[in-house]
Amino acid sequence: MPARLPYTYKYLRAKKKFPHVWCPGCGIGIVMGSIIRSIDSLGWELDDILMVSGIGCTSRMPVYVDFNTLHTTHGRALAFGTGAKMVNPRLKVLAVMGDGDSMAIGGNHIIHAARRNMDITAIIVNNNNYGMTGGQFSPTTPQGAKTATTPYGMIEPDFDVCKLTEAAGANFVARGDVYHVIELDGIIKKALSGSGFRVVEALSPCPTNFGRANKQGDAVNMMELLRDETINIAQASKLPKEKTQGKTVRGIFVDRDGMGYTERYQKLCDRVSPGVKK
Amino acid sequence: MSGVPWGETKLVQGNEAVALGALAAGIDFFAGYPITPSTEVAEILAREMPLIGKKWMQMEDEIASISAIIGGSLAGGKSMTATSGPGFSLMQEGLGYACMTEVPLVLVNVMRGGPSTGLPTQVAQGDVMQARWGTHGDHPAVVLAPSDVEECFSLTIRAFNLAEEFRTPVILMPDEVIGHMREKLTFPDEKEICITPQSSPDVPLEWYEHYHTSATGVSPMAHFGSGYRFHVTGLTHDIHGFPTRKVDEVISKMNRLKQKITRRLDALEDNRIHGVEESKVVIFCYGSVYRSALAAQSILARQRKKVGIFRPVTIWPFPDRTVKEMLDSKDVIIVPELNQGQIIHEVERLTSDSVRVVPLQRYDGYEITPEQLVAAVLEVM
Repeated sequence: MPARLPYTYKYLRAKKKFPHVWCPGCGIGIVMGSIIRSIDSLGWELDDILMVSGIGCTSRMPVYVDFNTLHTTHGRALAFGTGAKMVNPRLKVLAVMGDGDSMAIGGNHIIHAARRNMDITAIIVNNNNYGMTGGQFSPTTPQGAKTATTPYGMIEPDFDVCKLTEAAGANFVARGDVYHVIELDGIIKKALSGSGFRVVEALSPCPTNFGRANKQGDAVNMMELLRDETINIAQASKLPKEKTQGKTVRGIFVDRDGMGYTERYQKLCDRVSPGVKK
Repeated sequence: MSGVPWGETKLVQGNEAVALGALAAGIDFFAGYPITPSTEVAEILAREMPLIGKKWMQMEDEIASISAIIGGSLAGGKSMTATSGPGFSLMQEGLGYACMTEVPLVLVNVMRGGPSTGLPTQVAQGDVMQARWGTHGDHPAVVLAPSDVEECFSLTIRAFNLAEEFRTPVILMPDEVIGHMREKLTFPDEKEICITPQSSPDVPLEWYEHYHTSATGVSPMAHFGSGYRFHVTGLTHDIHGFPTRKVDEVISKMNRLKQKITRRLDALEDNRIHGVEESKVVIFCYGSVYRSALAAQSILARQRKKVGIFRPVTIWPFPDRTVKEMLDSKDVIIVPELNQGQIIHEVERLTSDSVRVVPLQRYDGYEITPEQLVAAVLEVM
């Protein structure tokens, strides 16, 4: 695919850091491609972008892209990103995290980043389990699912990433998946285009762990599941409730214009000390 | 009070002096979480920093606080947090990350009674070994312990300077007595103090190595957004910052982390030594205990009894060589500490069997008094 080559050389640390760590059939690379295409279409300078991550499969992403990149401790990507954004508000901060990273160990930070409306775009790749450590359950593992630590089925209810971050105050909340890639590109581009705390949940298969444990077949079968078991929000609104029962809705759920934290802080400085700029 | 009252003499609290020292050092970013007995540091900076357009945040917990200041430091801001025991425990993983990724920052830990919630409003020196070894893995540690309000100010500045110079976190550890006491402080004139500026590389963009190997082990650090694009990870990494498991690269990283401190011990060592050469009995102490030791020394002098005092201001790295040189010939070394015995093991490690090392330990939340020290000295004489 020669048309893709310019991306490879402009955005990826192509000569240094490949092959990547992700398993065959993993969807994280598709999300990375989507992020790169979104950034390319926005025309952003590489120097202005900070990609920050925590720990896990998704959090390995920063090493492959030629931005300012920060691979932090487990769950803390948003806290590191908050500090960087505060000190240098010109940075466009993207936090890439998995479901365990953002919802379990980092759950406190995502709630408060959303509450503050911190100017960070959080891209959460949700593959329903901890892939890197061998497929243990995460807060987004569906009830009944088998994982390495739920051999008799998951008994805990799961978190809805989008509802949680919407309730906590995020400016923008959306869900896409790695089967509907063009839609995902559009969602990520929209997420990157505004201020405040912005969340994209990207559903993605983990055929190595979650898929195998739950007999969901190979990577192709799991992609087909995303095709068949999700529905776009616009389509869903036209269908009677029984037709959308059990399907996961994709699309933009929240797109509001609340003032982001960095602007709020600058306004505070202007109010208490007019004329001082930093 | 607004800003640093340069040149003025005032009655100042220890924690307040820390906050003013941070302002004097040019702090750009503070992130913290309320905890007794350190809270005044955060409160004063919350009042002062927005006035000069600097960034201040109260985070959701101490883990977020240290994470935020690491991010802030990498983005080019001189950064600090302040906490106490339980918060210090929560910060350990982040502290190790900052050691590994060689990020300058200042962590203030005002020591209170532990373990756990312990004695939140009372004094202790129980975090001394945690400051050295609290985070997992081998790592450098630079820890300064002030004994008065003036040092709360000057050592905070020094902590910021050392953090830049060594590209590493520096921990300032006043105990609760020092953090909460008030005494007279004459601030220096602004031009009297030395501030180590943040480093920045001057090589062409494509030549930049984030962990360049230099003679000192420390190289200029670029910041996010400066045009030098680099990768930072807590994974063991090569000179560019990318993860590695190559044996030679792992060894080189680990050796450099250690040697950037051990090869420049002179720049870090800082002791207060009083009457040690002419005394056979020496009190080895740090923090608030030093004040009682000075009082005990003058009480004993009036009785024509000589006792020396050795006080490390920089407690880590420990002043091994000086302690060995000066104290190995003594009869008795009394080591008073507000814990069940931490630094005493370092003193024992460095002295021969012929030297009696005597503990004087208090861990009930109160300070060691001059009278206790006088009694201890008289007992061994």
